[in-house]
Amino acid sequence: MYKIVKKRRLNDSMTWLVIDAPLVAKKAKPGQFIILRTDEYGERIPLTMAGHDSEKGTIDIIYAAVGRTTMLLDQFEEGDALADVVGPLGKPTHMEGLKRVAVVGGGTGNALAYPLATGMHNEGIQVDMIAGFKNKDMVILEDEFKAGTDNLYITTDDGSYGEKGFTTDKLKELIEAGNKYDEIVAVGPPVMMKFVCKIAEDYGIKSVASLTAYMVDGTGMCGGCRAIIGGENKFVCVDGPEFDGSLVDWDELIKRNSFYKEQEAEDAAHVCRLTGGVRYHA
Amino acid sequence: MLNMKKVKNPMPEQDPAIRSTNFEEVARGYTPKMAVNEAMRCLKCRKKPCTKGCPVMVKIPEFIAKVAEGEFEEAYQIISETSALPAVCGRVCPQENQCEGYCVQGASGEPVAIGRLERFVADWHAAHAAKAEPAGSEEGESIQQGKKRKVAVVGAGPAGLTCAGDLAAKGYDVTVYESLHKPGGVLAYGIPEFRLPKDIVAAEVAKLEERGVTFINNAVIGKSETVDELFEDGYEAVFVGTGAGLPSFMNIPGENLLGVCSANEYLTRINLMKGYLPEYDTPVQQAKRIAVVGGGNVAMDAARCAKRMGAEKVYIVYRRSMEEIPARAEEIHHAIEEGIDFQLLRNPVAVIGDEDGYVKGLECVEMELGEPDASGRRRPVVKEGSNFILDVDCVIMAIGTKLNKLILETTENLQPNERGGIGADEGAATSHKGVFAGGDAVTGAATVILAMGAGKTAAASIEEYLADL
Repeated sequence: MYKIVKKRRLNDSMTWLVIDAPLVAKKAKPGQFIILRTDEYGERIPLTMAGHDSEKGTIDIIYAAVGRTTMLLDQFEEGDALADVVGPLGKPTHMEGLKRVAVVGGGTGNALAYPLATGMHNEGIQVDMIAGFKNKDMVILEDEFKAGTDNLYITTDDGSYGEKGFTTDKLKELIEAGNKYDEIVAVGPPVMMKFVCKIAEDYGIKSVASLTAYMVDGTGMCGGCRAIIGGENKFVCVDGPEFDGSLVDWDELIKRNSFYKEQEAEDAAHVCRLTGGVRYHA
Repeated sequence: MLNMKKVKNPMPEQDPAIRSTNFEEVARGYTPKMAVNEAMRCLKCRKKPCTKGCPVMVKIPEFIAKVAEGEFEEAYQIISETSALPAVCGRVCPQENQCEGYCVQGASGEPVAIGRLERFVADWHAAHAAKAEPAGSEEGESIQQGKKRKVAVVGAGPAGLTCAGDLAAKGYDVTVYESLHKPGGVLAYGIPEFRLPKDIVAAEVAKLEERGVTFINNAVIGKSETVDELFEDGYEAVFVGTGAGLPSFMNIPGENLLGVCSANEYLTRINLMKGYLPEYDTPVQQAKRIAVVGGGNVAMDAARCAKRMGAEKVYIVYRRSMEEIPARAEEIHHAIEEGIDFQLLRNPVAVIGDEDGYVKGLECVEMELGEPDASGRRRPVVKEGSNFILDVDCVIMAIGTKLNKLILETTENLQPNERGGIGADEGAATSHKGVFAGGDAVTGAATVILAMGAGKTAAASIEEYLADL
């Protein structure tokens, strides 16, 4: 069993969990993900790791309780255990030869951008972090980003915190101001990533996008996570999750990620209560 | 006393109209009376041709003789000497190409129902003598020799389970690493409940645990630890039985539309993730009209699951004819009974979508059989201008798999074979010292029993290797 060692609320919807998973923590690297299952009846869902501690044998995940499984996950408290955690899956973030990067995170995506940005920073890469949120209440990880990157720029759509505007505006501004990046990393909603990668392309900068997709096993067996990259079908789980942003067929990815939305919304309405792996069906 | 009947005792089955709405096992198994009666059809041939047809060399006439005498537990012990998973094999082996294919009775009638008898014996044992002595316990000396020598098995599918079972019976300290959350491999995620109840798989795994095998689930070797690191952890030999790998797609237009998936995904959601049970969260697409592309067992499983998930119309689209179709005879028979519509000599050319990106049809062409190809089967040739559209809202691709490169890419000095699988010789030895491999990971997608045969061979080779080490 995979015990929850620590649970920390980041805001109303986002939570940071530290989970005991020695086999995963041993080899985990920034950019890799896990698949978890809350309990016997749960779905397998992929989540990018927010960090890990190889010595303590723990991994970190940050989730927003917006879907059925994350709502169930939210019912777990410190000391409870998840049924399954498997990983590290996918390829780690590519860092070789990079000197300076801009990492652009959107909403929940900032939780996933966090290990990439700080991981790169720890490798000696200069990291400008652009973290975009809907409003002030949604802002997460500000102190962590400040401590773990070189420059932090927070934007909110309504201007209630940081600078008013979208991450793409800020990215453009930084590039226009003469900042030179070897690579731009986009992590967030596919629509945001699409526009971030477009800007990178416009300025002739290499872009990397961390994709999420439906998947079952995470080892290439189901093919559910296929995405068109440079005109070819790739599996996000084994070929990714990070891809050259200029090669991603964004519109197709956005469509594919909506496939089970209806079923999930219906099921999420039925999620009632769950503690320590015991469910109570309504 | 010989039973002179030329046909097999029929297997009691659920009525097709009822069973196509539930996931309970289709075939109900022989009663003891039927089993004895069927066993009496065995001619006890001196040359035992049936045994030659068995990849794990079950002593077939011997166990059948015990069934005829009503000594079912003894029959089970005979099967157990060579087969780790009799309850599984009795259900999923393509007996018509193996044991039963060589049965002398088959020349002038139906062969002895060896598969049904094997199943009966295994089920009888499970119901009456579940805690019997582990096989091989009489070989006290070899257990002593094997003791404390650690062997790792990567992948808890049929190859891995067989290898682990054989080594554990000899007293080796075996640990099986499985990437999914349950052991069983294709027996757990692929083959549906109505063909192979998951309780049977769980019971086989439990039996191995009783023999001292340790199972570690959620462990992706090559990611969490490499094969080379397993040796550092104290394992002296490693068996790799990681299975067939990545599903193939046809590379036709529209294949990424919403409603197209691999059979692996569809079956895993239903079987491993229990998507057919309301108390499980797993989403499964609720399509009304489904086309399954392919003619193998996996295609039959997907089609029959689709029916049980509530589809009104299910097609099998296969590019050759019934003569060449690779699925087990019984699966095809059952699929037809359950109302699956076989579109033979048809091949998809495009998936058609609506404006929202959902599947609304499968464009196919008619095929005819031309000259034999390298495989000896007649090559299907497109009939020009024969395009037509099947009205479906879901397409399931069951056209085979490509090999997963993870172990090859993460293990030093491990060479691939010409098919891209892990290179292994007849004794399952690879180019890496102490690493053995077998099953689909070596051969590409094949059958459960061939994988078990490979696991068995590997276990013998590992024993030999460790003795010389």
